[in-house]
Amino acid sequence: MIITIIYTIVSLVVLGLLFSVVLYLVAQKFKVEEDPRIDVIESLLPGANCGGCGLAGCRAFAEDVVKAPAIGSLFCPVGGDAVMEKVAAALGKEAVKTEPKVAVIKCHGTFDNRSKTNFFDGYASCKVMSSLYSGDTGCKYGCLGKGDCVNVCLFDAIRIDERRGIVEVDEEKCVACGACVKACPKSIIELRPKGPKNRRVYVSCSSRDKGAIARKVCSVSCIGCGKCVKACPFDAITLENNLAYIDPAKCKLCRKCVDECPTKAIWAVNFPIKVPVTPKQEEPVTKTYNREE
Amino acid sequence: MKRTFSIGGVHPNESKLSRDAHIETFPVLDVAYISMAQHLGAPAEPVVQKGDKVKVGQVIGKPTGFISGFVHSSVSGTVTAVEPKGDLAGNPVMHVVIAVEGDEWFEEIDRSKDIVREIPFSSEEILEKIKNAGVVGLGGAAFPTHIKLNPPKDKKADCLIINGTECEPYITSDDRIMRERPEEIAIGAAIMMKALNVEKCYIGIEENKPEAIISMMKAASSHSGMKVVVLDKKYPQGGEKQLIDALLGRKVPSLALPIEVGAVVQNVGTSLAVYEAVQKNKPLIDNVITVTGSCVPHQRNLLVRVGTPFSKMLDAIGGLPKDAAKFISGGPMMGKAVANLEASTLKATSALLLLTEAETKRKEESHCIRCGKCIEACPMGLEPYLLNKLSRIGGMYDELEKEKVHDCIECGCCLYSCPAHIPLLDIIRVSKAEVMNIMRNRSVKQ
Repeated sequence: MIITIIYTIVSLVVLGLLFSVVLYLVAQKFKVEEDPRIDVIESLLPGANCGGCGLAGCRAFAEDVVKAPAIGSLFCPVGGDAVMEKVAAALGKEAVKTEPKVAVIKCHGTFDNRSKTNFFDGYASCKVMSSLYSGDTGCKYGCLGKGDCVNVCLFDAIRIDERRGIVEVDEEKCVACGACVKACPKSIIELRPKGPKNRRVYVSCSSRDKGAIARKVCSVSCIGCGKCVKACPFDAITLENNLAYIDPAKCKLCRKCVDECPTKAIWAVNFPIKVPVTPKQEEPVTKTYNREE
Repeated sequence: MKRTFSIGGVHPNESKLSRDAHIETFPVLDVAYISMAQHLGAPAEPVVQKGDKVKVGQVIGKPTGFISGFVHSSVSGTVTAVEPKGDLAGNPVMHVVIAVEGDEWFEEIDRSKDIVREIPFSSEEILEKIKNAGVVGLGGAAFPTHIKLNPPKDKKADCLIINGTECEPYITSDDRIMRERPEEIAIGAAIMMKALNVEKCYIGIEENKPEAIISMMKAASSHSGMKVVVLDKKYPQGGEKQLIDALLGRKVPSLALPIEVGAVVQNVGTSLAVYEAVQKNKPLIDNVITVTGSCVPHQRNLLVRVGTPFSKMLDAIGGLPKDAAKFISGGPMMGKAVANLEASTLKATSALLLLTEAETKRKEESHCIRCGKCIEACPMGLEPYLLNKLSRIGGMYDELEKEKVHDCIECGCCLYSCPAHIPLLDIIRVSKAEVMNIMRNRSVKQ
């Protein structure tokens, strides 16, 4: 009885030792040399694997950033400058300062602003819908509202307002990874610099239709009238294919164009609301959009 | 057992409600909106300007590429605008708008009803005439006919196939022309046989059209080498590759054209258009359109001039039926929903189908249980459930290409047969377009 137990233990120990030696030899022979810094860098990254940097995930980013001679265009939009500085310090490379960005929806075709001309009863996906036809409102360029962008967002930063029929970005949560930009078949999402104090001015419309058609289908469309181009003292606005575009690099946030726009298609976000201020009170700064719905 | 294609297929309820309605000529309206994108390939370029006077049959658009075609005026009058207008999907397409004045035809066009049997033209002359008449495939895809009849030099066709299957439910326009104008169709087929220099011609007709079979058999008997073949009823028999399989037993390889196996397939409507183009000098300016649906009180087969708005065609059935909820250009399986009723008919429009809400309602999607019904139904031998899965993951283009998503003919058999009501076709169509795009870019690079 006891002999059997001893034999078993001894033979198992011998087998275990034998296998460990074989495994050790094999591991030595097929060892993959890896830069230990990759692990260090990966631990510094947010680990969301969102692909916002344009690479497969955080590990791929770490590998690339270690290999690259300079950081250059490699940038983690989720971590932002803070993480990139740490990464640069760990590698002894120089960090490149970038402006924080945020996704903006260049369409404000709510149910009130553009009425439905037909109802889509197919599979609820913007991609499928745009492969079949131009959309269920008269506008061919605007938001389809089926939420492909919502489905790809890993940060819960974008949502559909069912009541108003429009997509909204939560700028606190948005890390500008660009997943929604790629998912949108109508290309109405743009990554724009957040701007000083999160204040920015942009055209909230993507319609390239002629003015008369655009206005007919949506009351807040850019009609390509060019008034904003003339009003802008900094030459920041260009008009192409009946659609105005504000260059964020040139825009000084003077908001002259906002007042000038006849359809209120230009948005000024996070500015203090222009209300007559009572002398003793401080100017109220709110997080809401400064245009009344 | 009657002949049919070997794999897949479904048997939807045929619903040929309008099969006994004679072809009626729809009156010419006040304004015609003629699209410049009447065919597959590059849209035609307008050659008329605002204020120009045009006659019926006058060229108003000229081809802009190899795969392109002429567009003719279907009415006489004054051009009031050349501008982009929404097509049936709402996408802007260049249209020529003509205000109708009288009905003045070009002198060369023979408008008599006499049947011209002699074919005095050579192969080149026939192709030239077909090209100048702007004839396109009327089976649905609207591929320019003169290109199909002029295969590359190294490939030789040995037979012509005339597609009279009309396997889509509801549509009866091909059935009606086969019953009412069989001789013209047979002469059209003979003209195409001469153009292709082939000895054999098979006319495939499904068994649910007995009158058409008899009349086509009579008409075909006076032409040597022409034979009517009765086929079993199965959808999508009218697909080129399926029809070749059913009639000749030849399999067209993946990504290849039917000419690879020596066959050229043309629709019966195309055959009639070819007859009119060659023997009567009449360009393709009108076609038979079925206006049907269970909610339609008067089923109609109408001979409609190209460029008639869909909304105006509803007048022929006594106005918009109360319970009509969805309009479809074409049949219920492959037709496209009409999002914009102000869009006008095209050369290849075969039907305007009106469906009620109950008929169009989609059932709620549930989970795939791997029953394999979609695989059984797919006429191209694909695995729709797998394509759906790969498409939903996103970015699996190599795998999708390996699974031959580009072979999908978008017939909708998978969606029709799925007990879980998964929108297979909607999803596969998108990934097919993406994979085709990738493949095209790759071949451009090489």
